[in-house]
Amino acid sequence: MNRSVKKGKLTTYRAALMPYSIWALLFVLIPLLFVAYYAFTDNSFQFTMENFNRFFTATSNLKNDDGTVREVHTYLLIFMRSLKLAVISTIICLLMGYPIAYIIAHAGPKAQKTMITLIMIPMWMNFLIRTYAWMTILQDTGILNNLLGLLGIKPLHIIGTETAVVIGMVYDYFPYMVLPIYSIMAKMDDKLIEAARDLGCGSLSVLRRVIFPLSLPGVISGVTMVLIPSISTFYISQKLGNGKFFLIGDAIEGQYVANNLHFAAAIAFILMGILLVCMAVLKYVTTRHVYGGE
Amino acid sequence: MKMKLSSKIYTGIIFAFLFAPILILLIFSFNESKSLSVFSGFSFKWYRELLKDRNTLETVRNTLVLAASATAISTVMGTAAALGIDRLRSRWYRAAMNTVTDIPMTNPDIITGISLMLMFVFVGRLFGASTSLSFWTMLISHVTFCLPYVIMQVLPKLQQMDKALPEAAMDLGCTPMQAFFKVELPEMLPGIITGAIMAFTLSLDDFVISYFTSGNGFETLPIRIYSMTKKTVTPKMYALATIIFFVTMSLLLISNLVDNDDSRKLRDRKRKKRND
Repeated sequence: MNRSVKKGKLTTYRAALMPYSIWALLFVLIPLLFVAYYAFTDNSFQFTMENFNRFFTATSNLKNDDGTVREVHTYLLIFMRSLKLAVISTIICLLMGYPIAYIIAHAGPKAQKTMITLIMIPMWMNFLIRTYAWMTILQDTGILNNLLGLLGIKPLHIIGTETAVVIGMVYDYFPYMVLPIYSIMAKMDDKLIEAARDLGCGSLSVLRRVIFPLSLPGVISGVTMVLIPSISTFYISQKLGNGKFFLIGDAIEGQYVANNLHFAAAIAFILMGILLVCMAVLKYVTTRHVYGGE
Repeated sequence: MKMKLSSKIYTGIIFAFLFAPILILLIFSFNESKSLSVFSGFSFKWYRELLKDRNTLETVRNTLVLAASATAISTVMGTAAALGIDRLRSRWYRAAMNTVTDIPMTNPDIITGISLMLMFVFVGRLFGASTSLSFWTMLISHVTFCLPYVIMQVLPKLQQMDKALPEAAMDLGCTPMQAFFKVELPEMLPGIITGAIMAFTLSLDDFVISYFTSGNGFETLPIRIYSMTKKTVTPKMYALATIIFFVTMSLLLISNLVDNDDSRKLRDRKRKKRND
């Protein structure tokens, strides 16, 4: 009897998974197919490559600082700009976040908990308002320039520059970098570091040969978690770039607002492709480091 | 362990960077004048203004209704799914479930939003509707991005559970139903609560996915904030942000306490076992 009860239970578990399986199929997988479908069709749902053609060949005129005009590939330029700003923000987050993760992981247990909560608190403020707060800080007559003025420093023009967009990205996604690195470091065995020291490693080579390779999985997930939202953001660039620095997210949103759904889908499709390539490269680099490395 | 002075200074700088904008927000929500850069005097004026703003309060209500519904659905469905995934024997099915659960978490929000919107629009056109985006499409989208987080919280609790426990309960005369409610559910409960709270806060805070899937006059707070920040923002928005901030913070602190309580119970139980 027991066996039949058990078997009945297993069927129940299977049944419990059904709603989610169907849900995931309908609302996770099929929508992604719709992106591809829209990307490769025109307004009357006939197959076309026109959307991709437009992405790679559309040009527009860009005014240089000195007033001259040059012709550029609109969307390729936007893509390169998004990639550049996202990579810069990710690197800054890593450089800023790695030491703080290390410091937190090596503090006392109570201090660790407090500091990690403190790192997470900014995430509890609405993302739009957080970004807007930076806009008011960085404005030409904003708080930062007021403070600089008190110190007798000439005001800085930051708002509307790429710097402002990078500041916004770093601020908004910084916790995503710190948390995974910290959680790996907190689990790291301190004896390994001691052993390396005993074997004659200096501080720098302990970091290079022991701590960094061990923390690599945390670094990878931190990098992914910062890179993905910063490459696809559209609010930060609108507010802090004053609409001057169009990013890939702005392009998608703009096409959505203009009701060019097929072109929006094509851009989204390309973005997904780029991200898949990024992830693959990251994975390749890490596996080589972990298994084949020094 | 004691912190070195250089570490202390560095930590100070990082936290100053993280908290300066938030402090400024909190402070300027109490500003008497409209300025967001000069503080002229303390007042509750903007909080009073906020309470008078019918439209914004309406979106607050919408946001709460949506978040509560999305949380309820995703918690129930996610918990059931975790139970199923935990007992899956087919490796293929398990890998498929893991991948599908990962997708909404790793895909950029804009892709999730666009993909759902395209499907809704397409299906809506099949039925001849002029606009298919409404409360329901938003609810579906919110459930979709909340589900992975619930599963992520519940599944580990099940994996930690001793599988002999429910069987023992049944051997001792429980029906499978009773065994579930008396043994498995209590083991999962902390995960379910944390998952539900995560789902609720994620849904409250979501802008990007909502932006693409909302329509038909149903507006949530983040969308309202978005359209308000297109014009100049008054400190009223800051007052609202301050309130939301403290509400979210207390929710998360509660979930932290639940989790702590849980780990303490576990420790006590282990200690008891050792003493026995």
